[in-house]
Amino acid sequence: MTRRDQPRTNMTDLSPRSPAPSSAARRVAFPPNWQTRIACLALALYVVYACSILDISRERLMAGFAHAARFVSRMFPPNFAPDKLELLYTGMVESLQIAVIATAVGVLLSLPLGLIAARNLSPLPLAWAARALIVLFRTFHPVIIAILFVKAVGFGALAGVLALIVASLGFLSKLVAEAVEEMSMQQVEAVRATGAPFLSLVIMGVLPQVVARFIGFSAYQLDSNLRNSALVGLVGGGGIGATLFTAFQRFDYDFVLTIVLAIIVLVMAGEVVSGWMRRLFQ
Amino acid sequence: MDASTPFRSTAVGAERSLIIRKLRKEYRAGQPVLKDVSLTVEGRGMTAIIGPSGTGKSTLIRCINRLVDPTAGEILFRGQDLARLNGRQLRLARRRMGMVFQEYNLVERLSVVENVLCGRLGYVPVWRAWLRKFPAHDVERAFQLLDAVGLGDFATQRADQLSGGQRQRVGIARALMQEPDLVLADEPTSSLDPKTSVEIMELIARRAGERDIPIIVNIHNVDLARRFADRIVGMAKGEIVFDGPPRALQDEHLLQIYGGEGWLE
Amino acid sequence: MITAAPPAAAHLRRWQRFTLAQRVTRSVFYLLALVTIVWSLRSIEIVPEFLYDAPQQTVDLFARMWPIDWAWYPKVVHDALIETLHTATLGTILAVIMASLVAVMVARNITRSVVLNSIGRFILVATRSVHAMIWALFFVAVFGPGALAGTMAIAMHSIGFTGKFLAEAIEEAKPGPIEALVAAGAPPLAVLLKGYWPQVKPAFLSISVFRWDINVRESAVLGLVGGGGLGMALDTALSNLYWDQVGLVLFVIFVVVMVAEIVTALIRSRII
Repeated sequence: MTRRDQPRTNMTDLSPRSPAPSSAARRVAFPPNWQTRIACLALALYVVYACSILDISRERLMAGFAHAARFVSRMFPPNFAPDKLELLYTGMVESLQIAVIATAVGVLLSLPLGLIAARNLSPLPLAWAARALIVLFRTFHPVIIAILFVKAVGFGALAGVLALIVASLGFLSKLVAEAVEEMSMQQVEAVRATGAPFLSLVIMGVLPQVVARFIGFSAYQLDSNLRNSALVGLVGGGGIGATLFTAFQRFDYDFVLTIVLAIIVLVMAGEVVSGWMRRLFQ
Repeated sequence: MDASTPFRSTAVGAERSLIIRKLRKEYRAGQPVLKDVSLTVEGRGMTAIIGPSGTGKSTLIRCINRLVDPTAGEILFRGQDLARLNGRQLRLARRRMGMVFQEYNLVERLSVVENVLCGRLGYVPVWRAWLRKFPAHDVERAFQLLDAVGLGDFATQRADQLSGGQRQRVGIARALMQEPDLVLADEPTSSLDPKTSVEIMELIARRAGERDIPIIVNIHNVDLARRFADRIVGMAKGEIVFDGPPRALQDEHLLQIYGGEGWLE
Repeated sequence: MITAAPPAAAHLRRWQRFTLAQRVTRSVFYLLALVTIVWSLRSIEIVPEFLYDAPQQTVDLFARMWPIDWAWYPKVVHDALIETLHTATLGTILAVIMASLVAVMVARNITRSVVLNSIGRFILVATRSVHAMIWALFFVAVFGPGALAGTMAIAMHSIGFTGKFLAEAIEEAKPGPIEALVAAGAPPLAVLLKGYWPQVKPAFLSISVFRWDINVRESAVLGLVGGGGLGMALDTALSNLYWDQVGLVLFVIFVVVMVAEIVTALIRSRII
């Protein structure tokens, strides 16, 4: 019997061969998903609630947008006057210096700190103490760290550098510690079996495995520090941030735009360079 | 009947035929994958297109519903030239053509029945699809189709929990959900084991046959083609080299289509 | 015992990890890095006396923060904390909505136009490069000091990061199901909602929660330039030189960031 001999049925009829569905229960295609519904409702209610708490209202937004339009018009065209450009240049250079030094020192210091924090290399209490320190460094925003250093050592680039060193340590030491903890103990044992002192143990056994990945992290940190170097100046840490803050206070909005554009270019350049670095050492 | 016979209107189903005229597709200029192919597919039964890989069978099928844009030629169906349609017109034409894919192409995170209902996306307003408020008769028909393909108990399971054969059944149900005038199948069994392949081909043939929908299948398994198709079209190097009922397909034709020696018993 | 290979083959077999070009480039890089570092060290304006003094000063500073003024918490810090949390959450929600639109513009499998792709990419890079604090300066000037400025600043800054990852998630969506829906005649919006969205959803939630976590940290400092929340409390305490209050705010910031990280980890493991 070929297909053609079968009775032709229209669309809604079932072929005689299939079992009829249980007609008693109407089948439900989409059982209500209460989790999602409640979550969506909660989210919507939250937005309304939070807006009221934060005093966000339509009027304020409308007024704000009018204001913003005026602002933006004052920002254009960006100010490229020679004296401003010189200020910009000085600020950018200082930011660059801060970022470079902070990354370099951070890289140097993160190696010992990371090694100390590695639970497979150093005694546990020491390792935990080091880890706690690293967590502390990471939790606080570089801006907060910068402000504290400004209060401690005064305004200027020193505070900025110190703040970014601390921020870099928070990131890099953690990675070093993790890399050391992950690495193969066999190689370390092999070197240790030769009776080598601790330092050469570190250099021959540990470092080779860690260094390659480390360059990648350092590139990332350089990029991050470049971004943050623009910020620490806002609170007194030197660099382009200070220039920006002053410009705001003086209502030099067209200069503000120039600075912001310069920061964008700096950040993008930083991304490109760090990308090169990572590819170069891959 | 062969590929060069001009279209003749027949008593029944003339207006349901698909007419391809001088279809040409060049992915790279000067190297056509389809060389002025002409073909008339009557509005009933299963037409199987066989041929080696790269010979343009998949391209041919995909030109019909414009997943691939032809370089030249006409595809006449239901009074329209599919090769010329765009935008909304194309969408309206597409919703009348169901397609079954080699890799099933289900939305894996959605449930089986929701996948089947995706066949109606060309018919229901978007808000209904988004809020899952499909019309009741559509939902009912989705369940019936699932029963018809043997997956009635799997309706609310997520699609990625199904086996390959089961997923293809969902794909078939989805294609039929569109109430299509034509079903296209692009290597529907190539990812399945031999036994499941037979089941799937049978399912396609039977379910589409019941609803009197013509099928065009692109398949590389000659035995399956012979077993289920009413008409076999053999392609080689972008041209049609055989066109006839399965019983007319002889070894010398296969050699012409596939080339080579010694692979035939 | 390995027999000695003939000299020509030995030359070929000498293992070189990196090509000559790579080694030269690396050496050049090291040299450049060294030069940059030395130049920076020499030309930066740092008074050496301050540098030597730094450790002592820092320790002094922290000594002044103890004991912590706990009494200040219910008076000021608690409200500031709530404000910070709302700023972070609302800002993230707003950012995710806007970032989704930009991500659709940037994703090459949804938007074919190179012009639109580029515009979208530019928006993402620009918003990402301008830090939330700088946005806060702008919004404080526009809306006045307070949480509204802070929320908008967080939102604008987050668009870049969120949009980039969302676009990547969209571009990783399997094209097969999309093709099936298109072949069935589904309108473009339906293809987006039924084809792309189910595939992108897990990444969407993960990215949103991840960004919220970062935003809690960021929101805490916006107050330093007028964006409301804990930052403003910190600013007040610092201006008054009430170190015990400063200590309190720092402690609260620490705790809230930690809690946010734990909550984030929980959500990501359970729901995603």
